Amino acid sequence: MGSRATALSRPAWSNRRRDAPCSELKSTAFEGPERLINPTQESSEPLIDVQDVHYAIGTHAVFSGLTLRAAAGSITAIMGPSGTGKTTLLRLIMGQIQPQSGRISVFGQEVASLKRPQLYALRQRVGMLFQNGALLTGMSVFENVAFPVREHARLPEPVLRELVLMKLQAVGLRGAAELSPAELSGGMARRVALARAIVMDPEVLLYDEPFVGLDPISKGVILRLIQSLNRALHITSILVSHDVQEISAIADRTYLLSGGKVVAEGSPAELKSAASDVVQQFMSGAPDGPVPFHYPAPDYHEQLLQR
Amino acid sequence: MSAMAAPRPGIRSSLIKIGAVTRFLLRVLGQCVPALSHPHLLIEQIYNAGARSLIIIMLCGLFVGMVLGLQGYDLLARFGSESALGVAAALGLIRELGPVLTALLFAGRAGTALASEIGLMGATDQLTAMEMMAVDPVRYVVAPRFLGGVIAMPLLTGIFNCIGIYGTQLIGVVMMRIPAGTFWSQTENAVELRDIREGVIKSLVFGVACSLIAVYEGYHAEPTAEGVGLATTRTVVSSAVLILLLDYILTATFL
Repeated sequence: MGSRATALSRPAWSNRRRDAPCSELKSTAFEGPERLINPTQESSEPLIDVQDVHYAIGTHAVFSGLTLRAAAGSITAIMGPSGTGKTTLLRLIMGQIQPQSGRISVFGQEVASLKRPQLYALRQRVGMLFQNGALLTGMSVFENVAFPVREHARLPEPVLRELVLMKLQAVGLRGAAELSPAELSGGMARRVALARAIVMDPEVLLYDEPFVGLDPISKGVILRLIQSLNRALHITSILVSHDVQEISAIADRTYLLSGGKVVAEGSPAELKSAASDVVQQFMSGAPDGPVPFHYPAPDYHEQLLQR
Repeated sequence: MSAMAAPRPGIRSSLIKIGAVTRFLLRVLGQCVPALSHPHLLIEQIYNAGARSLIIIMLCGLFVGMVLGLQGYDLLARFGSESALGVAAALGLIRELGPVLTALLFAGRAGTALASEIGLMGATDQLTAMEMMAVDPVRYVVAPRFLGGVIAMPLLTGIFNCIGIYGTQLIGVVMMRIPAGTFWSQTENAVELRDIREGVIKSLVFGVACSLIAVYEGYHAEPTAEGVGLATTRTVVSSAVLILLLDYILTATFL
C-alpha cells in the first residue's frame, strides 16, 4: 500500500481494466527507461483526432486548418510560440469551446456533437492539469483530490480515504493532505492537481504548461511523474509546453504550431534536425527569425520623428 | 419604418442582458433541486449570507427604529397621537423599510462577497476545472449560493423588523414615556397578517433579485482583477436600482 508502484495502480472499483498485469505495473512504475507499449505499435486509430480545425476569436484566426492526432498510450507534445493557441487547443479537445469548422474526436466521439451529459461522461475519462493547478481554495488538499470521486462515485469513506492517500503518495504529498491550497508552493500545488487529475483513473491526461514557473527540482519531479503515469498506467498524454529540453526527454511525438497550423511534426530528434527556419528558431530559442521579435508596428524612425 | 422597428443600441443591449439573466435564472433554478444533494453546501451558504450579515443588520435595524421613533414621535405629537407611534413604526418597518433596507444592506454585504468570490473562482480557473472534472459549477457553486441568499433574506428581514421595533420602543417608551401597554397593545392590534405577508413576499422577491444579480455578475465576471472589481460594483448598483424598482411595483400591486 505504501509503495509508489502500488500507489499508481488502479483501484479495485475501476471498471476500465487495463491490459498490463499488476506485476508489470509494479516493476515499471517510476523506474526503467523501456516502455510497456511502444506507441508506434498501437492500432492506427488515434485516441484524439483533430482534423482541419478552424477557430477564430472575433476576427483573429487562432487555428486555420489544424490537424493532429494522438495515439493511445503515447506522449504527444504541442509546442509553439506564446499566443499560438496551445491552451485553446486543449479547451477545444475538452469541448469547452467549439471550432467554427473541422472535426475533433476523442475516443471516436465527435466532441462538438455531444450534449452536456455525454460531454460530462467523456470528461470523466479525461484528466486535465491546469497551468496554475486550479485547486479549489475552500478545501484541503485531501478534499481537493477526493472531490471528483465524491461527485461521480459513491465510495465508502474508508475506501475513498485509501484511494486519495494512494494518489497523494504517488505525487509525494501524502504528508500534505491536511494543508490548504494557500499553504502550498507552486510546484506542490501542481502535484496536488496532478493527483486530482489521476484520481478518477483517466485514460487521457492533458497537461497545460506543466513546467512553467517551476524550479528545476519541481520540474524534474513533474517530468518524472508524467513519464511514470504514462508508462505504468498507459495513460495517453498530451502536453502543451514551450520547454524544449523537457519535452525532448519524454515526448513520443511533437507538433510545432505557428500561425494557426502545424508547421512541423515528428519525434523530438527529428524536429531538432529539421531544416525549417521556424523549427530551428524555436528549438534553438533565437529571439528573431520567422517568428519576429517585434510586434507589428510602423517604422521606428518615422514614429520617433513624428512629435 | 425599418429604422423605427430596430431598437436603439442601448435598448438592444439592455434587452440582451435581461434575456441572458433570465436564461441564467432558469439554469440556476434547474440546478436548485440537484444542489440539495449537498445540504452542507447550502447550510454553509445560509451561514455566509445570513449569520455573517447579522451584526450589520441588527445595528442598522436598531438605528432605523430609533430614528423612526424620534421622527414619528415629533410628527404624531403635533396631532396628539403619540400613542400610535408603535403602530406607525411597526407598519412602516414590516411593510416597507424592513424588506427594502435589509435588501440594500444584503446587497452591500453578502451580494458583493458572493460576486467577488465566484468571480475570483473564475479568474483562478476553479470553475473551468470543475467543468473539466464533469461537475457543473452552476450546480456546485452557484445554486447553493443563490438558495442560501433567498433563504437568508426573509430571516434577516424578520430580525431587522424586530430590532427596529425595539429601537422605536426605546425612544417612545423609555425616552418619551409613552405607556408600554398602550404602545404594545396598539401595535399588536394594528398589525395584521396581510402586512406580514406583504413584507415576507417583498423580502423573498428581493432575496431572489439580489442573489441572482450577485451570482450572475460573479459567474460572468472577466477573469481579471479589474473584471472582478467591476462585477462587484455592478452587483451593488444593479441590486439597489432593482430593489427600489421592484419595491414600487410590489407596493402598487398590494395597495
